[in-house]
Amino acid sequence: MQKEEMEKSVKILAIESSCDETAAAVVENGRRVLSNIIYSQIDLHTLYGGVVPEIASRKHIEKVIPVVDKALKEASLTFSDIDAIAVTYGPGLVGPLLVGVSAAKAISLATGIPLVGVHHIEGHISANYIENPELEPPFACLVVSGGHSHLVVVKDYGEYEVIGKTRDDAAGEAFDKVARAIGLGYPGGPKIDKVSKEGDPNAVTFPRAKVGGSVYDFSFSGLKSAVLNYLNICEMKGEKWVQADIAASFQKAVVDVLVEHSMNAIDEYGFTKFAIAGGVASNSALRSAMEEACAKKHIAFYHPSPILCTDNAAMIGAAGYFEYRKGVRSSMDLNAIPNLKLGER
Amino acid sequence: MKLLALDTSGMVASVAVWEDDLIRGEYSMNDKKMHSQTILPMVEQLRDQIGLEMESVDAIAIAKGPGSFTGLRIGSATVKGLAYALNKPIVSVPTLHALAHQLCGSEGLICPILDARRNQTYTGIYRYTDGERGAFPEQVILRDQCAVSIGEIAQDLNARGELVTFLGDGVPVFAVQLRDLMKVPYRLAPAHLNRQRAAAVAALAAEYCRKNMQAHDGRLVPEEGVIESAFDHAPEYLRLSQAERERKEHADQENAPA
Repeated sequence: MQKEEMEKSVKILAIESSCDETAAAVVENGRRVLSNIIYSQIDLHTLYGGVVPEIASRKHIEKVIPVVDKALKEASLTFSDIDAIAVTYGPGLVGPLLVGVSAAKAISLATGIPLVGVHHIEGHISANYIENPELEPPFACLVVSGGHSHLVVVKDYGEYEVIGKTRDDAAGEAFDKVARAIGLGYPGGPKIDKVSKEGDPNAVTFPRAKVGGSVYDFSFSGLKSAVLNYLNICEMKGEKWVQADIAASFQKAVVDVLVEHSMNAIDEYGFTKFAIAGGVASNSALRSAMEEACAKKHIAFYHPSPILCTDNAAMIGAAGYFEYRKGVRSSMDLNAIPNLKLGER
Repeated sequence: MKLLALDTSGMVASVAVWEDDLIRGEYSMNDKKMHSQTILPMVEQLRDQIGLEMESVDAIAIAKGPGSFTGLRIGSATVKGLAYALNKPIVSVPTLHALAHQLCGSEGLICPILDARRNQTYTGIYRYTDGERGAFPEQVILRDQCAVSIGEIAQDLNARGELVTFLGDGVPVFAVQLRDLMKVPYRLAPAHLNRQRAAAVAALAAEYCRKNMQAHDGRLVPEEGVIESAFDHAPEYLRLSQAERERKEHADQENAPA
């Protein structure tokens, strides 16, 4: 990096609308958050027990301009201060994605500010750069959220290799489904986390699924079924089950698998730095288990604070900065790509 | 006055620039490509072709709906982004009003019909009356845009007992039913008039602006649902989402007297 380049401040306005959060942020040089506005639609979707794409899309339309406006105002900036506009264009729900992508493109066309399309998962990984100025690739990152469970090698800024992923449900999806089954409701992640603190994680031993063919891949649908079966059997026998114990035991099964696969990858690849990201990365049991496992191996462990684990635009601004630095620019035909692969454009 | 107008409510992606009762440029495409890939490159090309300064536009007009939910949102998010960045108002034009406006001045009744799926159509009934001497004919809304069955709109038209001209993407879809259902004479609009066009959105938006300005000493001022800000504009879907509809039906069933 040239000294001159280092000193120039690059400010990115970022927009994220891939699921049920409408978010905008301004980020300086990929690491300093000047504003981070998130409008969460969670209450709207709680009624339906999960995100309804059409309802989410309609809400994004209402909120996209207010969040952008607030992000600029909180940063005390106008468009003339902005060097690039970063927007999530996948993966995610197509309807919600299209709102952010269309608005970002229009703003880019109207202002002449260059546009950079950003991968949502790349955003989650990059959330780690924000609070850890010393963190630089290469490192390994576990991305766990409602839609994704990826074990990723971050080779360089914007260069990724996915070494493990879920074969069925994402980790967060399993949390939601189990939470519903044990009467906790939506969203499952935070609710299971909370109630598990009062439960015994060793009360029930649920299976830790191995996936044939790949040591780093995950499978959570079997675990989810095991929990449902357990509940059924209890009911048939007329036995009572304890919500907190089921939650804690299920959570432990998820955490054990995530930690084991991550540590195997660290051993195999010889990483000295390990990060977690995504909504499930704010799970307290996962954090402490990872912290402990990394400490044992004398590996540096990074995790974003909860506000940067959830879907947000600051992380898109961070990822967008490194793409912008590499010269990536998107044109007016940028489309939403619901199943966009990490590392692809 | 200068207007940039967009219509992404149906299969057609269309953009036009209107300036003082002249269409400076219009670009329409009826293709399977997604609007998200076409509409902004079209705006960009039209801008470059006619040397349009985006800042010189007085307002941005949009066919606000009804139509394809996704199409409406691509259009809405696009005009919101443009209007916000340029600090200009949005002129919201009902899709069916704009479609009817393509047949401005024609004899009898005008009935645009869009395929709304689930055996329904988005439609409305319009006629044009003579405006002031030497001015444009005026649009009269006899039945405001709505989502109804083809049978219901045909019945309404038959009761009015006048010649009808149909247009819109619902025409080929409901052609057979129309032949059976229509008791009054009717005809169809030809190719250059039978689908959404941003030029018609722009021309009708210009009328809305003119009326608004006449009432406010020549200034364009906010008017609910017509002259909106980038913050306030939202598509007019005319329908709930499927999840909301099913939830409502379920609640209605439970509340129904036994």
